[in-house]
Amino acid sequence: MNAVYYISSVVAVIATAAAITGLNPVHSLLYLIVSFLAVALVFFTLGAPVIAALEVIIYAGAIIVLFIFVVMILNIGNEAVEQEKRWTVGKAWIGPGALAFVLIAEVVYVLFQNTSHLTNGSPIQPSELGATLFGPYMLGVELASMVLLAGLIGAYHLGRRRQPDETQQKREEPATGKGAGGGPAPKEPVDASVGH
Amino acid sequence: MASIPMEQGLVLAAVLFTLGLIGVLVRRNIIFVLLSLEVMLNASGLAFIVAGYRWSQPDGQILFLFVLTMAAAEVSVGLALVLQLHRLFKTLDIDVASRMRG
Repeated sequence: MNAVYYISSVVAVIATAAAITGLNPVHSLLYLIVSFLAVALVFFTLGAPVIAALEVIIYAGAIIVLFIFVVMILNIGNEAVEQEKRWTVGKAWIGPGALAFVLIAEVVYVLFQNTSHLTNGSPIQPSELGATLFGPYMLGVELASMVLLAGLIGAYHLGRRRQPDETQQKREEPATGKGAGGGPAPKEPVDASVGH
Repeated sequence: MASIPMEQGLVLAAVLFTLGLIGVLVRRNIIFVLLSLEVMLNASGLAFIVAGYRWSQPDGQILFLFVLTMAAAEVSVGLALVLQLHRLFKTLDIDVASRMRG
């Protein structure tokens, strides 16, 4: 039964390599989803079913959706429709689809094994995980909540579109407006080519 | 029902981490850099899970939860920075943003 682990590992490595070498962000994100699903299957093999579920929900779900939102936001324009046509060609789905098919075959195999653990050693039960999380690691949970709050406030502050009158005010104060970071960037001849 | 040796799990984590590190060092598009950072964080979490599996303790999985929280906060702030970068420079090349203006 270790074959499930090894096949998932190979799929994870192939998908990750394809993700970081891809030229198109959306195609790379497709490969990254497959990579996270493969790692989730590795977690399940290693006796961590709760973590496997969280990997699928948070990594392959929420974080990838954030990436896709940003990729879509940055491409608003006339060429967006053409780009969408180029991104959703059928050829792009072959690689991630084949790798995901390997993973779903493994999942079906695991389902028909009718056992809760694949390898030696019993899996960590969710109750045990929760008891430890809210017992000795209570301080860590509090710190994680503060990290999430800081991330929320930071993302709101950075992602907010500045009002034009605010930048105008900053520009009219020559002494302090230089380093405040609020003014628009000086127009420089910026090389528009995105590094590949 | 053979158990998986700890070394093989750590090798998988090391390979994934190295792939992410290569992505951070080589790519110049900031979206791909953030994506490679996610791969690296995921690989470090995998190392925690392998250690927890080796000793059958839930501590490794709890540390993975903390890594997961940190990754979620990091990627939200990072993508907000991507939006600001694109708004200021109209490009996603991180070499453009290599100078500080104080």
